[in-house]
Amino acid sequence: MSKHLIHLTVNGKEHELTVASNELLLNVLRDRLYLTGSKYGCGVGDCGACSILHGDESVLSCLVLAVEADGWDITTVEGLADGDQLNPVQQAFLDNSAVQCGFCVPGMVITSTALLRENDDPSEAEIKDYLRGNYCRCTGYVAMIKSVMDAAAKMRGE
Amino acid sequence: MGSRILLSDFAYLAPTTLAEALQILAEKQAVKILAGGTDLLLRMKLGTISHVDYVMDIKHIKELNYACLCDEKQCGSTANGAFCIGPTATLNQIAKNGDLSRLFPAQREAILAMAATSVRNRGTMAGNICNASPVADSAIPAICYGAALTLQSRRGKRIVALEDFFRGPGETELEKDEMLVNIALPVPPADSGAAFIKKSRVKPDIAKISLGVFIERDGTLIKRCRIAMGSVAPLPLYVQKISEGLAGLEMNEQLIAKTAQMVKAALKPISDLRTNQEYRRAISSVLVEEGLRLAWRNAGGELK
Repeated sequence: MSKHLIHLTVNGKEHELTVASNELLLNVLRDRLYLTGSKYGCGVGDCGACSILHGDESVLSCLVLAVEADGWDITTVEGLADGDQLNPVQQAFLDNSAVQCGFCVPGMVITSTALLRENDDPSEAEIKDYLRGNYCRCTGYVAMIKSVMDAAAKMRGE
Repeated sequence: MGSRILLSDFAYLAPTTLAEALQILAEKQAVKILAGGTDLLLRMKLGTISHVDYVMDIKHIKELNYACLCDEKQCGSTANGAFCIGPTATLNQIAKNGDLSRLFPAQREAILAMAATSVRNRGTMAGNICNASPVADSAIPAICYGAALTLQSRRGKRIVALEDFFRGPGETELEKDEMLVNIALPVPPADSGAAFIKKSRVKPDIAKISLGVFIERDGTLIKRCRIAMGSVAPLPLYVQKISEGLAGLEMNEQLIAKTAQMVKAALKPISDLRTNQEYRRAISSVLVEEGLRLAWRNAGGELK
């Protein structure tokens, strides 16, 4: 095992940490920075519950070594809102009652936010395709897809 | 599976030059190369990988990150040049490239058929190839397009055709001290076209079976054809004899049907957790028929 000093910017705040070579980024976010919004679901890249933003791209934090993330600018679900002002995707999930058990929602919201940063007018098919790696075992997809459509419309000023 | 810290005990190395990386491979034992990590880290979690002492992250080697058109002959490119892909280029980085989309649509389609966007933001095509899964999506059209790999060690460089790189499940031509440093896709000539078809339960799934076809057309004749299939053999399979036998023949529905039956008769697929051998055999002829028609049309050909 080796130890490494890393620097992370998470939700705008800078952190300096010493991590072990075999520590995972999700583990560091949850257990050391106490950002428990990102969830440990399958642990093998299937379910999307651990999704975070690396810059504007969605990434599965369960498949990244913490040491690999040295220098990253990370946004977790905790960093999406601006104070009390939810981001458009979060607000649309609330307005559409798109949350059931809630376990997948941080990953869904993060991945949807990445989509809308890339494309502010996605079709329903594009949303389904983009979210195909985010599983909701309550199977509440319909309200979520509508939420992303609504958030996109709001972001376009409609 | 649920361990939040990887159980294996390894040292993390992050060389910043290729020379340094090749030295590590030459001098140290039990080194695993980390590019995207979407296969390596999960296999380390699942314990399906042999002992690892060193994980060597190659993402700090800036010169290895590219996906672009290139005319250097040393890549194994042909007269038309090649599209070259570096070992740390991510799947989305490759698929979003305009030149790749224009010149190699079947390659783009195969990449976008893999997993989901968050995985493709990290995973690399070089990793997909080096893992040597018999079902590797990105390898299937790349074989059809005639991809050439550059393998490098401190001893030198060599170029290997992609179809000759695979030896079996997880086994490749790579020597212990070598790494894949470039994937070159030769730019296809005019009057050519390709197709990629993948059958899976739902889209992000690993394929039950997949097919790639590349056809170069000379009027109503097939000038050159390359068919490759995934998940029907212990390696991504280049259907060499049957493909080569099509050169110079008139393209028509009879030829398509005959070729599909020949491929079906030649395959010896296995049953596994994704599907069984009966399904793989039964559907293989349908895929070959569809793929040949699609590639022919994409090459500008007509079918009566």
